[in-house]
Amino acid sequence: MFGKLTLDAIPYHEPIVMGTLAAVILGGIAMFAVVTKYRLWGYLWKEWFTSVDHKKIGIMYIIVALVMLLRGFSDAIMMRLQQAMAASDAAGYLPPHHFDQVFTAHGVIMIFFVAMPFITGLMNLVVPLQIGARDVAYPFLNSLSFWLFVSGVVLVMVSLFVGDFAATGWLAYPPLSGIKYSPTVGVDYYIWSLQLSGLGTTLSGINFIVTIMKMRAPGMKLMQMPVFTWTSLVTNILIVAAFPILTVTLALLTADRYLDMHFFTNELGGNAMMYVNMIWIWGHPEVYILILPCFGAYSEIVATFSRKPLFGYKSMVYATSCIGVLSFVVWLHHFFTMGSGANVNAFFGITTMIISVPTGAKLFNWLFTMFRGRVEYNVPMLWTVGFMVTFVIGGVTGVLLAVPGADFVLHNSVFLIAHFHNVIIGGVVFGVFAAINYWFPKAFGFRLNEFWGKASFWCWLVGFWLAFAPLYVLGLKGMTRRMNHYANPDWQPYLIVAALGAAVIAVGIFCTLVQFYVSIRDRKKLTDPSGDPWGGRTLEWSISSPAPFYNFATLPQVRELDQFWEDKQNGVAYVQPAKYEDIHMPRNTGVGVVMGAFGTVLGFALVWHIWWMAAAGLVGMVAAFIVRAYDRDIDYWVPAAEVEKIERSRHARLQQVQTTQVAPVAAPQRQKVA
Amino acid sequence: MGSTAVRVAHGALDDVHGGGVDHHHHDDGSKTLLGFWIYLMSDCLIFSGLFATFAVLANSTAGGPTGKELFELPYVLGETMLLLVSSVTFGMAMLNMHAGRKGRLLAWLAVTFVFGAGFIGMEVYEFAKLVHEGAGPSTSAFLSSYFTLVGTHGLHVTCGLIWLVVMMDMVRRHGLDDANRRRLSCLSLFWHFLDIVWICVFTFVYLRGAI
Repeated sequence: MFGKLTLDAIPYHEPIVMGTLAAVILGGIAMFAVVTKYRLWGYLWKEWFTSVDHKKIGIMYIIVALVMLLRGFSDAIMMRLQQAMAASDAAGYLPPHHFDQVFTAHGVIMIFFVAMPFITGLMNLVVPLQIGARDVAYPFLNSLSFWLFVSGVVLVMVSLFVGDFAATGWLAYPPLSGIKYSPTVGVDYYIWSLQLSGLGTTLSGINFIVTIMKMRAPGMKLMQMPVFTWTSLVTNILIVAAFPILTVTLALLTADRYLDMHFFTNELGGNAMMYVNMIWIWGHPEVYILILPCFGAYSEIVATFSRKPLFGYKSMVYATSCIGVLSFVVWLHHFFTMGSGANVNAFFGITTMIISVPTGAKLFNWLFTMFRGRVEYNVPMLWTVGFMVTFVIGGVTGVLLAVPGADFVLHNSVFLIAHFHNVIIGGVVFGVFAAINYWFPKAFGFRLNEFWGKASFWCWLVGFWLAFAPLYVLGLKGMTRRMNHYANPDWQPYLIVAALGAAVIAVGIFCTLVQFYVSIRDRKKLTDPSGDPWGGRTLEWSISSPAPFYNFATLPQVRELDQFWEDKQNGVAYVQPAKYEDIHMPRNTGVGVVMGAFGTVLGFALVWHIWWMAAAGLVGMVAAFIVRAYDRDIDYWVPAAEVEKIERSRHARLQQVQTTQVAPVAAPQRQKVA
Repeated sequence: MGSTAVRVAHGALDDVHGGGVDHHHHDDGSKTLLGFWIYLMSDCLIFSGLFATFAVLANSTAGGPTGKELFELPYVLGETMLLLVSSVTFGMAMLNMHAGRKGRLLAWLAVTFVFGAGFIGMEVYEFAKLVHEGAGPSTSAFLSSYFTLVGTHGLHVTCGLIWLVVMMDMVRRHGLDDANRRRLSCLSLFWHFLDIVWICVFTFVYLRGAI
């Protein structure tokens, strides 16, 4: 009846897990009670869960990502603590099987359920606003993508309390991840959570390519798109080109585990290295999928806060595209030690070094943008400068690892761990925090507190280096990754420093949470009445903060790059049209939520081999989709009168601002032009 | 007064929309078709992954039966013909859609369904026979990749059949409106795409395997 699922699947004997479960249950009850007490269920359902508004979907992605960041980070703290303790005779506090699950969950969660939703959320929030569109190409699909992602999140979280999670490392290499060596449900949780959220990601990728290609404001040519939109376009192309390979790879592993096939097994002709090749053909583009939009965000921030147009816009676009292409021909550098021969290794070593060239070009572009600019060191800019310093060092260690000879020494050492955290934290995490601080006013209508933002930045920067500089040293000393225990007592001081670094990062995360709290509390003081708090250059700053649900009352006409900046210079920004028109908008729908729920049921049932439930989940998903296809009432018109009312009040507010304060930089330059 | 004004404005606007002024935000089908093409390309990558896997594992028979011993080309040729003909009949259906002949469109869609179902039937029979002969997917890496590649194609065709049935019902209920035309165009792309994939399967799996 319930497949492999019994009550024994709940790990009663693990005090850490049970403690977490208790906390989650209590927290869940408390949240449920609060939502019920203030009668927010209807509001949440109507305004958020069923919303097809790209801005709200983007915000939901980022909220889930922040929650999962806490989960992934507690895994990190546990690992650091274990390694700081478990030298020579001491065993630490985590038994090996638990430790293995912790490092697997840390990697999986941080990449798939933190970094990816941060990126997708930012693209959702920003891209349509930057190109002057009212929504994405397929609003319902967007909602569906989000809820499929959530069902992946739910499966990963359930694995903590029911059964176990994969103990294989974040890419689940076979034969270890095969049924013979991983007979429990851990790898199955891994597979189905990634398949569900991966499907959502692929759909998002298609959605955004079409949005950017087809829905740009009238007149906006490709070479007039903001850089963030360009990097998003390339990222989404990479998503559509890479994620299907992940789908296939995991499907083949599934066939091995469920149907007794032999793709990657040790016997009957299976070939485990094929899995490793395939997963990295997805995996290497994946790191560029994560970093490119962050590069885009840095570009916007540097230009805005240096009060200059971005240096080398075109070279930025070409560099992004080059990286996109090259990202598909470097995958083998993840396993030079496979032994594919000197020539193959040399090829991939050289392509890897080549890919650092466009990245270097970007760095120079950012530096030249700052050169002789009036640089304002506020929170987004601090993250950006911190990124430039940190990321370059990560890039240099990456080029070092690209030398096959050196890689044979450093492969799977903690030097590698330090390297990729150096680029992912220094590149993606810093970028996401920079972007959140930068675009927060556009999403909510008020700025984030500066003090706590700066505190968070410094804690992250210092904590990062404390945590990972020792790992570089330890890697050179020969410490391999994923060690539950080590015999060499010389390593322990370094690992204690690393644990301290993790603690400092924890303070940084705490500061971010305080920053949100303080900013919400002081939202009146931090309000952004003009919609253009930073003196922005791109179209999203031309509308009110928060953006109205239809984004643009009239579609902007674009003739050049940084159209909004030009308009401000020429004094023609904020011109009200003579007449407003009706706006065509998509209607909210709960089908995405329903399909996500059935997806969760399907995934859970497949993990535990509950076949009737799996069938019900699949049929439910398909049926919900077909029902949606029959629904002909999927859009509506916003009457011009309503648009006019909203825009009138926006312009009234705007005039108030303009009479009480003059934008500090735009004003003198405007005189010059005039 | 207000309501009349709004209604008048509305009617005028509808005409404008038809003229394509606001084409960015009113799906004229081009967005959907572009998106569907991109989806097809992503699906194509799924198949390319499976083809690559098959190419790597084709000789990993682990002492089990080889393609030469297992495949019956005449039978597969029959199967192929069913699918190819179904593509032609789908083409006939689309011609009738463009001509606005709903009845004939439905008839050709039904014919397409019959051929597609025949293809799936033959494939299922072939699979059952192989398993019965002891050449199931767990026999060797070669057979794992064979069953997965061909089976994935079969699953796609099955989805196409379900979609076909839904579309026939939609056309019956709502006639040939914009949404249905758009969806039929997508389904048509999907169906021909599967045809092309099958030609690759026939060539690289069966013909090459039989040599």
